[in-house]
Amino acid sequence: MTAPAPAAPAGAPLPERGRPAVPPAGRSRGLYAGNTRAVVGRGLLATKSNNWLIVVSGFFEPVFYLLSLGIGFGAIVGTVQTATGAEVPYAAFIAPALLAVSAMNGAVYDSTWNVFFKLHYAKLYQGMLTTTLGPLDVALGEILLALLRGALYATGFMVIMQVLGLNLAWTAILALPAVLIIAFGFASIGMAITSYLKTFQQMDWVNFIMLPMFLFSATFYPISVYPQAIQWIIQALPLWHGVELIRSFTTGSLTEMVWVHLGYFGLMIAIGIAVTTRRLRKLFLN
Amino acid sequence: MTVTDDARRALTSGAAPRRFGALYILEHRIRALRGYAWSAVMTSLGNPIVYLFALGVGLASLVPAGIGGVSYLEFVAPALLCTAAMTVAANETTYPIVAGFKWNPIFHGMNASPITGRQIVHGTMLFIALRMTFAVAVYYAVILAFGAVPSAWGILSVAIAVLTGMAIGLLISSYSSTLKDERGQLAMVMRFGFTPMFLFSGTFFPLSELPIYLQPIGWISPLWHGVELGRLATYGQPIAPWLIAVHIGYLVSIIVIGLWSTSRTVTRRLAG
Amino acid sequence: MVAHGKAGLCSTLVPAPVISAQSLTKKYDDFTAVAGIDFEVAPGESFGLLGPNGAGKSTTMRMIGAVSTRTDGELTILGLDPNTHGPDIRSQLGVVPQQDNLDLDLRVRDNLLVYGRYFGLPRKQIAERADELLEFAQLADRRGAKVDELSGGMKRRLTIARALINDPRILLLDEPTTGLDPQARHILWDRLFRLKERGTTLVLTTHYMDEAEQLCDRLVVVDKGQIMAEGSPASLIRDYSSREVLEVRFGSDKNAEAAERVQGIGERIEVLPDRLLIYSDNGEAELVKITEMGLHPITSLVRRSSLEDVFLRLTGRSLVE
Repeated sequence: MTAPAPAAPAGAPLPERGRPAVPPAGRSRGLYAGNTRAVVGRGLLATKSNNWLIVVSGFFEPVFYLLSLGIGFGAIVGTVQTATGAEVPYAAFIAPALLAVSAMNGAVYDSTWNVFFKLHYAKLYQGMLTTTLGPLDVALGEILLALLRGALYATGFMVIMQVLGLNLAWTAILALPAVLIIAFGFASIGMAITSYLKTFQQMDWVNFIMLPMFLFSATFYPISVYPQAIQWIIQALPLWHGVELIRSFTTGSLTEMVWVHLGYFGLMIAIGIAVTTRRLRKLFLN
Repeated sequence: MTVTDDARRALTSGAAPRRFGALYILEHRIRALRGYAWSAVMTSLGNPIVYLFALGVGLASLVPAGIGGVSYLEFVAPALLCTAAMTVAANETTYPIVAGFKWNPIFHGMNASPITGRQIVHGTMLFIALRMTFAVAVYYAVILAFGAVPSAWGILSVAIAVLTGMAIGLLISSYSSTLKDERGQLAMVMRFGFTPMFLFSGTFFPLSELPIYLQPIGWISPLWHGVELGRLATYGQPIAPWLIAVHIGYLVSIIVIGLWSTSRTVTRRLAG
Repeated sequence: MVAHGKAGLCSTLVPAPVISAQSLTKKYDDFTAVAGIDFEVAPGESFGLLGPNGAGKSTTMRMIGAVSTRTDGELTILGLDPNTHGPDIRSQLGVVPQQDNLDLDLRVRDNLLVYGRYFGLPRKQIAERADELLEFAQLADRRGAKVDELSGGMKRRLTIARALINDPRILLLDEPTTGLDPQARHILWDRLFRLKERGTTLVLTTHYMDEAEQLCDRLVVVDKGQIMAEGSPASLIRDYSSREVLEVRFGSDKNAEAAERVQGIGERIEVLPDRLLIYSDNGEAELVKITEMGLHPITSLVRRSSLEDVFLRLTGRSLVE
């Protein structure tokens, strides 16, 4: 239901658009030129001259949620039991979830809306691909940029958690690399999906999946309130793994489930990159 | 000075647009809606269901005793109505207003016909109010289905939500109509206006649970005033009569002032 | 209505101007866009404002369009003051702005339907008229297309069709063919010429002299917010230029030197960076004189005088820079 456009017609017009921009040598050129740095450099420069204030402001969104729900709603709730059995204050329960959500939001925005716009409107990639850069350089560059931004937000948020006393164990420091893994997973899948999309209307579907995932993935309350069947569905979705992974680290209540969560994201990254590479090859190189 | 034949004809044909211009704009917007009607309907139906399942079933489990004598679901339902109206308002008064001058400059086209700047604003706001009423009414139906409205007066909360949404929309349009260049100001409005208002207006928990230094955010927020009125309508939350008057007065004043200032800005920009 | 019509016939034996401006002025803060201009436009006339970018043409058009309010002076359109009767005046105008402002969210035909409603016209009448106008604008086969899918020339024609939906007394066209390719321009000129033949009053701005020559009965040359000259294209050329122009090029480094030497040849000489313009009633004869002097231009060309020459004479600058 969420993928109404079959692959063939959705992809069909793209090679035509891409083709004129690719020089004759394009056919023989590789997918990857090992020059992701140039793409990242361009992105940083564009951010510096355009929208750094917007980038900075993105940091505040999870902070507002933490202050509102953690402090206000938390005053009514008191403590909550985590999936791994620890009894923690409500603010300490939602803080790691907000961290995971903001990693997801940032990565998805960067790899869907942003990439879609550049692909179809700004024609940025066509320009890049007339140089020696390969499509994979461009894709990896965009993902790295998204990760860089995500790392900045996460670090800032972790500082706030520390100040508010919401990092309950030393393992909290591991939440930082975990955030990057989560963001990488969402960004690579997001990019793979975007490569199939044709119109802005189809982008609405992305929001359509994001909202329930945001609300249901043990972000604001334990999923034990739902029947077993619904719990299984939630547990099949990536955000739940992200939330639980980070929550394990910040609350210090670790179980072997951590490996399952990490494995989930490893798989997500592998599939995302594989599909993206295949799609880019199809869109730009034949 | 004698009135010429030309002038007489102009006065005759100018009469209808002078009177009904705002309605013509409304007609235009409804026609343009066809392009995205389907996604608007899906969002109007999907969002309330998702939110009620999340908050009414999920979050409510953390507050088994309820709030203020009612269940958490009943407590949060009128607030959700207002936030739904607020979301429509934000969607329609940010980018579309800037677009009307800049990316899809239909305001200039409208103004070249007999339509005035004031009528453009009034017609656009009328359209937003209608769209909002539709979204809120669907939301209300879902809330009823969840059994979250104890009072028979509950239906009034639909009107209250639209009043709240329009106040917020006109507050935003008063600003967005002044933007000659969009360099992220609208994203800022969302991040530092919309989101804090959404979170700190007594929506998900009573304003009094917040530290006193955060409570003023609620007092100036139109959303808080609307939510308080909504709770009065859906479950009879006790409010002093003078405070009811303050809530209504505050929202109505913002609407009146917002309509005036947006009209003034739009008229001036078009005549520049 | 009938009585009015008869009274109108009697009172308009000498046709009253449809537009009349005296000392019309528009200032923005410290910048004067229009510095007190006077002109009148008669019914059925095709009137042009010719001038370079920034001359104040568009500002003047927006004041005539009863959109922009004047800072000073008098302006009457169809006998009414735009300050107090904007909507009434606009109900009788068709406006084609410099930048197309079609609604991109609507399809081609819907743009006409929606626009017709702004004039309070009945839906049925608009629908009929929309189909006629789509034929006229050669867009009938694109009626269901998205506006974005149209070419620049098609968008322009749709904007003109939209401006005609209310059967206007006056059609205002601001730079109607700027940015279009030659073929699209000729199609557009043809359509505008048909309107002119039907008796629609046209007011247009342009910085193309060929456009002004093709479409205007009478025009004013505008520069820096002021009117430099007024008349028909032919009379302006007669008054401010010679019959023919000889254009000679000597190469950029020898241009100035050659200019010194040919002084006295022709009625007047303009020295441009890349060539000399020698104004004369007989260009060929002047060219013979130059070669007899021992000068050998790299290229030479004899052509008829145009409004470009009029403008150069009046302002010392080229129209299209």
